Amino acid sequence: MPYEWDFSFLLPYSRLIGIGAAYTAGFTVVTAAAGLVVGGAIAMARLAGLRLVSIPLIALVEVFRCTPVLVQLVWCYYALPILIGVELSPATAAFVTLTLYGAAFYAEIIRGGIASIDPGQWDAGRALGMRRAALMRRIVLPQALRRMLPPLVNQTVLQLKNTSLLSVLAVPDLLYQGQLITSATYRPLETYTMIAVIYFLILFPLTAFARHLERRLAR
Amino acid sequence: MESPSPAPAMIEVRHLRKAFGGVPVLRDVSLTVSRGEAVALIGPSGSGKSTLLRCLNLLTLPDSGAVRVGTQAMDFTGGQRLPRDRDLAAFRARTGMVFQAFNLFPHLSVLGNVMEGPVTVLRTAPAEARERALALLDKVGLADKAAASPDRLSGGQKQRVAIARALAMRPEVMLFDEATSALDPELVGEVLAVVRQLAAEGMTMVLVTHEMAFAREVADRVVFLRDGTIVEDGPARQVIDAPREAATRAFLSHFHRGAPLAAEPAAPAEPAEPAEPAAPAG
Repeated sequence: MPYEWDFSFLLPYSRLIGIGAAYTAGFTVVTAAAGLVVGGAIAMARLAGLRLVSIPLIALVEVFRCTPVLVQLVWCYYALPILIGVELSPATAAFVTLTLYGAAFYAEIIRGGIASIDPGQWDAGRALGMRRAALMRRIVLPQALRRMLPPLVNQTVLQLKNTSLLSVLAVPDLLYQGQLITSATYRPLETYTMIAVIYFLILFPLTAFARHLERRLAR
Repeated sequence: MESPSPAPAMIEVRHLRKAFGGVPVLRDVSLTVSRGEAVALIGPSGSGKSTLLRCLNLLTLPDSGAVRVGTQAMDFTGGQRLPRDRDLAAFRARTGMVFQAFNLFPHLSVLGNVMEGPVTVLRTAPAEARERALALLDKVGLADKAAASPDRLSGGQKQRVAIARALAMRPEVMLFDEATSALDPELVGEVLAVVRQLAAEGMTMVLVTHEMAFAREVADRVVFLRDGTIVEDGPARQVIDAPREAATRAFLSHFHRGAPLAAEPAAPAEPAEPAEPAAPAG
């Protein structure tokens, strides 16, 4: 007996799905923004070249780059409160983890982008009498940003997909709502298909944008 | 240019020492350049001539010694603390530098490159900076390229823009770091013509160069460096045509194009040796 696909039962759940999509998008935007700020700060601190600052930052970045996000999320929610003695809500734990995870990768992209600018550009700016901050703002960052933009967009795509892991902390993101609907309706095929389609519809424009950027900046 | 100061020397360098990773590059170098004088620094790769030039605007900080350019002076004797970013910037704003690799800002137009220093550092009003930038581009023969992107220009054009960019700061001194070494031979002339004009206008200049014929023609003095020491320092024609030191003679013998221009019309019929590969540490 062939399976009969029927998506109509999902209609009453549209509000729930809407909330899930909003959580997914919201967590992505907030943690990507916070991650960029933290990552930018880490990159600048590391570029300043102070060993005392750099070494702990490298350690932090590597811990987040070399462990799975899922492990980080669970650890941050269950283990961290015991270490620091503060209870974290699932949303807070999720925010902290995803922000730092994103920051670790963003920091490397930003640092690499800035470091890739020809030292001659620094020489030229210095020779004109520009101070460090002005040189960074007027000469180095505009050039570095062009190189950083495509990998930053790619990392943000991953950031959005990583929000699906929030469901393990019972944060009501898109995937979590899907699990709820499945357990109520026993129709996982339609439900997860729809969830996948929603992720795709959000992300495809973003990756198309990244491709467009890469092509434009390659010229 | 403006307000002639009574001090005869525009550049004064005293007992400069610099080592990179324990390897000495400048060993107690002292040099004086008068106002309006053009001095060519010559010497083999690794002789320290580029480092000396970069010490003149503190792009490279000496380990010890003192540097004065115009009214700006900085003393590095006695292992003082490193100068602050602000003081270095103020010092450098008074000198113009032209690099071997041009180092134009690729994200700005030609005009934007020339306006950048005055607008950001001198806080010149953009309209005024623009007018002056256009005048300078006209002076180097590139008024029609103002709106172009630097990557659309030939090497010779790029270097002329770089000269205009440096002049826009109204520098007291111009420093040229192998300004023609990265250029195709047929493009060297147009850059040298601009430098020649600056010399004629009385700009104080220090040039690191491999163009011996040019050094002989344009420079008032030629300084020969080897192993971080000034070996010979004298009038350009004398140093190039009739060097006193054996080391200078040995070095100049590599340049068949330069020396024979002097008195020997019958130059040896050997193929001209390439003017020494562009060395990063030069």
